[in-house]
Amino acid sequence: MMTAPTLPDERVLMKGNEAIAEAAIQAGCDAYFGYPITPQAELLEWMARRMPELGRAFVQAESELGAITMALGASAAGARVLVSSSSPGMSLMAEAMSYMAGSELPALVVNVMRGGPGLGSIGPAQSDYFQATKGHGHGDYRVPVLAPSSIAEAIALVADGFDLAERYRTPVILLADGILGQAMEPVDPHFRSLPPRHDDWSLSGADGRPPRVVRSLHLRPEDLEVHNDHLGAKYREIAAHEVRWVGERLDDAEIAVVAYGTAARVARTAIARAREAGLAVGLVRPISLWPFPSAVLARLAPRLRALVVVELSAGQMVEDVRLAVEGLAPVFFHGRTGGMVPAPDEVLGAIRRAWAITSDREVAS
Amino acid sequence: MTLTRDGRPTTGWPEARVVYRRPDLLSDVSTHYCPGCGHGIVHRLLAEVLGDLGLGPRTIAVAPVGCAVFAYDYLRLDFVEAPHGRAPAVATGVRRVRPDAFVLAYQGDGDLAAIGTAEIVHAAARGEAITVIFVNNGIYGMTGGQMAPTTLLGQRTTSTPGGRDARTAGYPLPITEMLALLPGVGYAARGSIADPASVGKAKAMIRRACEVQVAERVFAIVEILSTCPVGWGVTPREAARHLADDVPATYPLGVIVDRFRDPAPAGGAPR
Repeated sequence: MMTAPTLPDERVLMKGNEAIAEAAIQAGCDAYFGYPITPQAELLEWMARRMPELGRAFVQAESELGAITMALGASAAGARVLVSSSSPGMSLMAEAMSYMAGSELPALVVNVMRGGPGLGSIGPAQSDYFQATKGHGHGDYRVPVLAPSSIAEAIALVADGFDLAERYRTPVILLADGILGQAMEPVDPHFRSLPPRHDDWSLSGADGRPPRVVRSLHLRPEDLEVHNDHLGAKYREIAAHEVRWVGERLDDAEIAVVAYGTAARVARTAIARAREAGLAVGLVRPISLWPFPSAVLARLAPRLRALVVVELSAGQMVEDVRLAVEGLAPVFFHGRTGGMVPAPDEVLGAIRRAWAITSDREVAS
Repeated sequence: MTLTRDGRPTTGWPEARVVYRRPDLLSDVSTHYCPGCGHGIVHRLLAEVLGDLGLGPRTIAVAPVGCAVFAYDYLRLDFVEAPHGRAPAVATGVRRVRPDAFVLAYQGDGDLAAIGTAEIVHAAARGEAITVIFVNNGIYGMTGGQMAPTTLLGQRTTSTPGGRDARTAGYPLPITEMLALLPGVGYAARGSIADPASVGKAKAMIRRACEVQVAERVFAIVEILSTCPVGWGVTPREAARHLADDVPATYPLGVIVDRFRDPAPAGGAPR
């Protein structure tokens, strides 16, 4: 599927993986490095065709280690770089993610998540939340993580991800799942373009200026602490300014479902059914998983009977929700794993149980 | 001291002439390398060759993990640091987005021939237009002298205290010969810094490995046999003798392939 069919209203039907790839191209991606893995292979294939025809760089690397490290080199040399993979491949990329964070190199890294651990399955999952939001590789660092819930949103977040990466000199993860990668949806084909990458630190050869060094090594403990403090200040700035989330039907909600990505779409249907049954339920959908919308949840919690977290995992984001509400409201969890996706009525059942258990809870008005 | 363009001092003895001085691309600092280590010699050769060829201002170099990670403190070039073993992949990324740059990767033997085997083999297989300087001292120097894939049979290291035994620790890896089989490799050679004559030959190899990247846009590698007296547990003088007399039996010196000078070498036709 290499050509997107045009719909009568001029929107086009695109597969998620291909839409992400084309969005990156339109955003001015100079170089793509990847390795085949299900369920993101169409992204690599789209780039294999499109990047050379535009005279831009494409390499199918020998491994995910190779791919992300090529991205490190290209980014150090001033290019706007995209890398994509799926869960097992992301594990291999942990090494260079740490080096890129330490060297402050921008790049957009797409993870189309599948079931794990190990080789797991090729079905959709959200079981890399910990990996994406809690560091990924070694050392003290954070990486902004953006989680789209539709293909149209994925397209928008690709340009936003490049922009974030370059403004803060950091890798950014776009965290999708197998359903978002494989599904087709109608999208507006007019993608956002960005001005070319510009900086005063990348490598072009020391011609008429002092040599530049891009590195993560600071051998003297005093120097490394200064560097870590600098990174920490940057992460606090990102946390202060780059939180993204969407609330739906929260005004009168007594229960808030917290879900992102594909799980949020299932939750939305379950919430509609709960509303039909007279239950006041709303949705908090984090878009930035780091920085996490903790303040929003902390504000909401005192007036809720409960929060219900829905994930395609055994329970990962739920830990951040519990940290955010600090016991101000009970937090329930419903998850499926291994490539299984909960049905809306399953989520509705979880909402009903939370409703029943908390029937005597007094909430702030 | 101020010099005229042809190297004569402007004051003092008019007959005096500078015949040996620090190359412009070599920083005026002392290195952290141990007495008798070969990295300083290799750095100097690189600085001389890049200076002679006028490549300094367009070089983007990749520093390895290991003792030579600080190459950027000594060579006045743009540098990016690679994760351990990944220098050829980093160099690939640079190459593909900077078509006009001269791209250099500097690696040691643990870096290139153990943890980075996949990266070097596939950069060579793709024929990436990069030049790799591969310094082989047969040991992991920075971490305290453990066995490398290149360690000689019988050689004592901190992780082969009884000497390297092929039955349990395998055989020395002739990776430059292995790479020379690949049609994308335009030039592969092995030199040494054991004595002044060898150093001169090594410099000629480095020069050729730089020239073929520029002229033919192919992959080039020079392996340089080097010393690690501290890791080997010998004096610098003994290390130089061992390097001259013993190491070449396992790692023969010379040009292994030069596809643009010798159009039909063993191992494949030129591309």
